[in-house]
Amino acid sequence: MSRKKLNRGVAIVGAGMSKFGAFTGLSTRDLFVQAFQDMRASIDKGFDPNDIEALYIGNYSSDLFEGQGHTAPFMADWTGLAPRPATRIEDACASSGVALRQGIIAIASGLYDIVLVGGIEKMNDLPTSEVTDTLATASDILYEIPAGFTFPGFYAAMATAYMHKYGATPETFMKVGIKNHENGSLNEKAQFGATIRKVMDGKIAKAKTRGYPEPTWADEIEFLHDDRANPVIAWPMRLFDCSPISDGAAALLLVGEELATKFSDAPLYIIGSGQASDVALHDRKDMTALRAAQLAGKEAFEMAGVTPADIHVAEVHDCFTIAEVIATEDLGFFPQGEGYKAAEDGRTARLGERPINTSGGLKSKGHPVGASGAGQAVEIWKQLRGQAGERQLPGEPTLGLTHNVGGTGQTCVVHIYERR
Amino acid sequence: MTEHNFTHVSFEHFLGEQKLMGARCKACDTLYLPPRPMCTECYRDDMNWAELPENGKLIAFTTIHIAPTAMLEAGYGRDNPYVSGIVELENGLAISAQIMGLDAAKPEEIKIGTALKAEYVERGEGEANKTFLAFRAL
Ligand SMILES: [Zn+2]
Repeated sequence: MSRKKLNRGVAIVGAGMSKFGAFTGLSTRDLFVQAFQDMRASIDKGFDPNDIEALYIGNYSSDLFEGQGHTAPFMADWTGLAPRPATRIEDACASSGVALRQGIIAIASGLYDIVLVGGIEKMNDLPTSEVTDTLATASDILYEIPAGFTFPGFYAAMATAYMHKYGATPETFMKVGIKNHENGSLNEKAQFGATIRKVMDGKIAKAKTRGYPEPTWADEIEFLHDDRANPVIAWPMRLFDCSPISDGAAALLLVGEELATKFSDAPLYIIGSGQASDVALHDRKDMTALRAAQLAGKEAFEMAGVTPADIHVAEVHDCFTIAEVIATEDLGFFPQGEGYKAAEDGRTARLGERPINTSGGLKSKGHPVGASGAGQAVEIWKQLRGQAGERQLPGEPTLGLTHNVGGTGQTCVVHIYERR
Repeated sequence: MTEHNFTHVSFEHFLGEQKLMGARCKACDTLYLPPRPMCTECYRDDMNWAELPENGKLIAFTTIHIAPTAMLEAGYGRDNPYVSGIVELENGLAISAQIMGLDAAKPEEIKIGTALKAEYVERGEGEANKTFLAFRAL
């Protein structure tokens, strides 16, 4: 693959998100307004929304979740941006990571100078079984769904192949969940911003007040092995290995590089972008890695002219705990088959040598699927600008990465950001 | 035999005849499971049906406790989990399928590499009747 560059540099000058969670009575347009206002407040030197020239909105399936198709123009209307062109991007859970890439390409082409990128999803209006069915439409409905597979099931199958090949155990994955809840407990926007320890204490207190026998878990791992407290969803993925059903939105303001300091004291320059697709899981030579993530990462690193070792902070697509382990290998942070050891040894913790998912990741922060990719960029924006509050990484990080996956890795998109 | 397009409708029709069928490119011999109408190696669109081996092995699996609607309707769910897996056939092609004959309540005991043989499962009454591909542990 030859090394490709953008014809024009692109920077993020504003980034914001709604809280992620379950919000009865709010639709995607209401959540997007919250994200838009949060983004507006983040623009150091202010801006006039009328200067926005186009919108790229990532949205997986408002059609099935909300009964609302054609969502992009509604986002334009509710943010006062009609009649500007508004385009919806659908690539399953990678929808807004890909929307970001489309926004970048639009500015790099010279067609636009200022673009709004968004991500939206509203999943909690449907019962769990219908959410499961809706997510399943991102896989092969002709040849995978008749086999009884669900999304937790696909990643669980990757996990069994991974455990068999490299010797990881279900405890490895539990440790990823514990770590991400730890990070999420420091994020006020997180859906489940409690540590696993706090969840346990809550359950013990509840048992006491109700006069039930008190649970006697020795530690988090024992709690996570408890079939009642942490039921199996698709073995070895249990409840606390799975990202939640979430509502949420995120918004990013992109401008041509030469305009960046007109809006921001500390813009993030997008120095690398990569995207790839792949075949169905059963057609892959190796089920313990995502080829599309490897290729998207390679493209982004080559464009950026940096290596995995240079990255200070990464938000990776931990829709399931196994996915985070595989992502850290696909991106080259650890050799193949060693990501699980790194997770077990705490090397990916917030204060470890290779911080992964300081926001809490999709696991704790929440996974409103079409909003997740743009939400990842919001965390990198905060970390590289020193605005991540209690979870701020020490040492003034300047290089960040996001890794956003659609389906079982049939779409992967990677971006690299620099604070200069 | 009537003409069968190289589609999932034909694939399912053959499952109803207890046959696991793929498509073979007449020009370059590449074999496809699932069947497809155009060879993506040589880009010709001239295929033959080919009967595939019914024996294979388990290369990835899971036990599903939170089931999709279709499997709930088939009687599965939290109290009756089932095994789904990916099966590599003797010829190296692989496909997703429900796996029978393994204890979904004891996933720790399920072994990757388990030998399997194709099984054809009927579900639904009357018009809704359909044959599903499954594999059974030998
Ligand atoms: Zn051919």
